Amino acid sequence: MSNLHADTVAFVRDTMLPQKEPPASTVGLLGWGKKNLFTGPFNTIVTILCTAFIAYVLWMLIPWFFSPTWNATSLGECREMLTAAGKVGEHGTSGACWGVIRERWIQLLFGFYPAELYWRPILAFVLLAPALAPVLFSDKVPGKLLIFSAIYPFLFPWLLWGGTIWSPICAALGFVILYAVVKYGSEAIGQLGAIIAAVVAALVWWLFLSGYVQDGLAAVIPLAIEPVASRDFGGMMLSITIGVVAIACSLPLGIVLALGRQSDLLIVKSLCVGFIEFIRGVPLITLLFVASTLLNIFLPPGTNFDIILRVIIMATLFSAAYMAEVIRGGLAALPKGQYEGADSLGLDYWQAQRLIIMPQALKISIPGIVSTFIGLFKDTTLVSVIGLLDPLGLSNSIRADQAWNGIVWELYMFIAALFFLFCFGMSRYSMYLERKLQTGHR
Amino acid sequence: MATVTDPPKAEFRLSMLIYDTRYRSMTIQVVALIGFLLLVGFLISNTVQNLATSGKTVGFGFLTEPAGYDINQVLIEYNNQNSHLRAAFVGLLNTLLVAVLGCITATVIGVIIGVLRLSPNWLIARLTTVYVEMFRNVPVLLWIVFAMAILIETLPAPRAFRGDDPEATMKIFDTVAITNRGVYVPEPLFSRSLGDIHLFGTSSMNFDISLDLLLIIAVVVASIFGVRAIKRNADATQEKTGKRPTTWYLTLGTLVVPLLVVLVALGFHLGYPALQGFNFQGGTYLRNSLIALWLALSLYTAAFIAENVRAGILAISAGQTEAAGALGLRPNRIMRLVVLPQALRVIIPPLISQYLNLTKNSSLAIAVGYMDITGTLMGITLNQTGKELETLLLGMLIYLIISLSISALMNWYNNRVKLVER
Repeated sequence: MSNLHADTVAFVRDTMLPQKEPPASTVGLLGWGKKNLFTGPFNTIVTILCTAFIAYVLWMLIPWFFSPTWNATSLGECREMLTAAGKVGEHGTSGACWGVIRERWIQLLFGFYPAELYWRPILAFVLLAPALAPVLFSDKVPGKLLIFSAIYPFLFPWLLWGGTIWSPICAALGFVILYAVVKYGSEAIGQLGAIIAAVVAALVWWLFLSGYVQDGLAAVIPLAIEPVASRDFGGMMLSITIGVVAIACSLPLGIVLALGRQSDLLIVKSLCVGFIEFIRGVPLITLLFVASTLLNIFLPPGTNFDIILRVIIMATLFSAAYMAEVIRGGLAALPKGQYEGADSLGLDYWQAQRLIIMPQALKISIPGIVSTFIGLFKDTTLVSVIGLLDPLGLSNSIRADQAWNGIVWELYMFIAALFFLFCFGMSRYSMYLERKLQTGHR
Repeated sequence: MATVTDPPKAEFRLSMLIYDTRYRSMTIQVVALIGFLLLVGFLISNTVQNLATSGKTVGFGFLTEPAGYDINQVLIEYNNQNSHLRAAFVGLLNTLLVAVLGCITATVIGVIIGVLRLSPNWLIARLTTVYVEMFRNVPVLLWIVFAMAILIETLPAPRAFRGDDPEATMKIFDTVAITNRGVYVPEPLFSRSLGDIHLFGTSSMNFDISLDLLLIIAVVVASIFGVRAIKRNADATQEKTGKRPTTWYLTLGTLVVPLLVVLVALGFHLGYPALQGFNFQGGTYLRNSLIALWLALSLYTAAFIAENVRAGILAISAGQTEAAGALGLRPNRIMRLVVLPQALRVIIPPLISQYLNLTKNSSLAIAVGYMDITGTLMGITLNQTGKELETLLLGMLIYLIISLSISALMNWYNNRVKLVER
């Protein structure tokens, strides 16, 4: 009798069975639900409670949301419309009063900016996109746009505040002088001498000469657009203006402060530490009080500059201190070998920072930097406390209006939605940036 | 013939200040210091000049003058004849009150939300994500003002509680009245009270501390020490014999019995708020500015704390949980004994800065009329005395001290729980 396996059993399978379908309870909607919602009795209860909660909220919200009050001109009229539509609950009418948004949305966006000039802030903010694009999406847009990015900082205030075109041009000329003196003076008086000479020349230009040149040019060629006073600024436009300028200025300042705090120079370091800790220790609102009442005392008698500018300066200083701490975290997170490697290549301090340290440190700290930006943008609402008319400041005056006295949800939900849009957008962009710059070290 | 060149002479040239690394750092520092001193001098000279022009003098004498304004929510005795300094002190206590309340609730909510965001249950994870994104991406000032507006507009006025068939009724067995002016909750009263202890005599910082409260705190602390002693004993017995004695009734007794005895001895009872005339009398009155501020700050900060907690838990590698599971620990013990102690080290530093943020954000109280230090010292006192420089500097100094003490305290705690490395 053979010992071969084939002889002792009647049947040997020589082909693979086709794969069976997975059980119906583990695939599709059912399987997903079983895995994510009903894993055990506790989870099932939680799911049911959550569903009930969501259903309750939607049940309350949807009828409230869809209410035929778009054309109302006062809260009283809203209530009449709701009564006519049969939307009457046990506590009076129930339904949103969208008339306030229809009537005031343009004010919530632009404040008291002259209506015929709305194109200017709109153009300024639309142009922000091409100005930022070469910086934000450097791999997708041509680098030549960077020239526009350089022009934009001068175009932006001119479009918003108006006035003669010569003042931004004269301000820009200062930078041209700075650049020219450094470039052509380096050979004659050495690099350091050229830098000092350039700064002196630019300061002389800005402080003493540019005013006369500007007036002269304005008298000869009066190219000007209608000026708009700062007190007419308001609404979302004001928030974005303060936010954008302060964000743009606080990043470089924050980098300088962080480097100062990390440096070996004792005096520089203690000055930076003192500044950072002081700013981080006090609330922004006290700094805004300083901007609105105290700054005039600190500056030479007779100086009285724009309240929005003062607020921007304070917001910049405030977020620069936070930025410095975020970037310091990035600097500290770099392995020591990077610093030593830069030294061994013979790079000097600034070369090492520019080529080796900062690109990596900034990349590590992107999430922190963006959340500081978001924080700063949200903090622009604080200007309503010192009397500027940002969306929150306007909401107070709208609620004090006879026609809209008693309105709460619609107004604040609208403002909250505006802020949410910007902040959420920024946080998504930071995630995109993190993924893009990920070099796969983990 | 080889020419021997001398090493360069070590004579000092002016350019070495810039090009020689030995001197350059010195030069930079001196320049920075001179620049800083010049800036300070410039500011001070401007200030002196400006103050002289406007005929103002610098001095803190105004702090002892009568304040002349009322403060609606006070923790210590105050009337409008008290000094500005006392008003500032009342404001400071109000700041600390809302900061402490806010930190506690924000931590509780934040930890719950943070843990739930990691839940395997898809629905609750999404719901908590919506919560976090909603609160993080909208300014805190808007939440504060919004909360205040909701409290004022949607809650019933005290007169709605009047009449035989009132529109509104008190909640929780007729003990809590929620009105659009604030919430009235029962207050603890002692019929055989020990009285108060008066601190700081007649200075403007004087205040009373209830001896009853001190006694109760002392008893509770003693009970907690007792409970820990019981636990130590039980641990020792377990080490020795391998069996853990049943201690839950001892623990419960140590916690409850002394407290009950003290409460009965002091004649503890609750004073309920009751409607008298147009408003409620009795009970503890929490103004709705306090409640709105507390609510908004806690919910807002909780969203940030939730993210910190989530990051802390995610930072603990899954291997730790699996290893603990392989040792045979149950899920809740894994959380308590393995994951949380490690996660805490990651969570605490950002938690400190959230507490600091909450404390600083409490200065937004001024938007809803809660009289904290910003509202008293940097608000009404500033307006009444016209001393912008002194009040603002003093206020900033106070905030700075609060911030630095919180961070010092929390850093001390952080150092205690920190992993001791090589």
